[in-house]
Amino acid sequence: MATDSQLAMWEVFMQSKPGANYIHAGSVHASDKEMALQNARDTYTRRGEGTSIWVVPSDAIVASNPDDNEMFFDPANDKVYRIPTFYVMPEGAKAI
Amino acid sequence: MEVLEKKNEIQDNLLKNFEAKIDRGDAIEPRDKMPDAYRKHLIRQMSQHAHSEVIGMQPEGNWITRAPSLRVRQILLAKIQDEGGHGLYLYSAAETLGISRREMIEQLHSGKAKYSNIFNYPALTWADIGAIGWLVDGAAIVNQVSLQRTSYGPYSRAMVRICKEESFHQRQGYEIMAKMMKGTKDQQEMAQDAMNRWWWPSLMMFGPHDSESPHTGDAVKWKIKRSSNDELRQKFIDKTVQQAEVIGLTIPDKDLKWNEAKKCYDHGPINWEEFYRVISGNGPCNKQRMAHHVKVHNDGAWVREAAEAYRQKKEKKIFH
Repeated sequence: MATDSQLAMWEVFMQSKPGANYIHAGSVHASDKEMALQNARDTYTRRGEGTSIWVVPSDAIVASNPDDNEMFFDPANDKVYRIPTFYVMPEGAKAI
Repeated sequence: MEVLEKKNEIQDNLLKNFEAKIDRGDAIEPRDKMPDAYRKHLIRQMSQHAHSEVIGMQPEGNWITRAPSLRVRQILLAKIQDEGGHGLYLYSAAETLGISRREMIEQLHSGKAKYSNIFNYPALTWADIGAIGWLVDGAAIVNQVSLQRTSYGPYSRAMVRICKEESFHQRQGYEIMAKMMKGTKDQQEMAQDAMNRWWWPSLMMFGPHDSESPHTGDAVKWKIKRSSNDELRQKFIDKTVQQAEVIGLTIPDKDLKWNEAKKCYDHGPINWEEFYRVISGNGPCNKQRMAHHVKVHNDGAWVREAAEAYRQKKEKKIFH
């Protein structure tokens, strides 16, 4: 362990208010999960931006590869019948 | 030979795809293919930006214990904490490019990475804290507002976050100056003296004139930089002159005058000799700023080691 270690990296996700999605805020360095939470609080919530925080070791994140986007997201592209406007509704039908 | 040609063709296509994306206005994200020069430019600019935030804590930190009231001391403390936070946002964003924070700090200490020249000037009086917040942060905001639209996603997002927080910094500085200008004659003179010393270095923060700027070409083409040095400098001057007038401060430039045709202020020549002298290490505080950073970094090593040892000890307990 080098003396100038900057400790492990953690990704920070924050919920701005109860009910909201958790959104990625950035990362922090910390030796363990408690320190990661505290550092995330000090770094990303100095103005009440969050009511809840998740921290995840950065090396535990698995990300898709943008080069594969065409192939990877392809199954979604040819199923237009998943979208409500695909359907023709009988004239005069209400609240549908 | 054929292999080489094939390789060049692939490279050309990658560059074409990248530039098409930039032209469409799409953000570039960490895992996207990007030219080495784009990555290098960003690492250089973002690490310099991060280092500036952190080194910038020093001239202000000098005044925490000397702040003239509890109110302004608390405010200054919160402002300096923000600057540390901004440094962390930017290190975090730069790390997505594949450089570690340890490497960035090493580059700062070795002199390979720079920080903003402005922090090589000393904060001599309380009015300097006003001038730093109002002028230095004011200039930084003009630059950072423009960078919110930079093409690299993580940098852009860090800028959005930083801009939200910076306007408090500028207001606290302007409030200090306004208060001093309403005070005794001595206080007014102190405020004007700070203005005189910080005005020109603040203008230099935007960097050399566009005609002299060595990094502009690719940075503009790839939308890292969204406005030129001179455009940003002009924006800063135009909004600051009126603020100075309101509180009775004089801008220390006898050539400053409104240009009705161009609808902006003309200003006198900037002393670029001073700029290059300070940037090459011969400013009033270069050595002090770096020595302090190195010392604090080394003095804190035992804390990082202890934290690491504590983690290892806890992990052993879990697994045995």
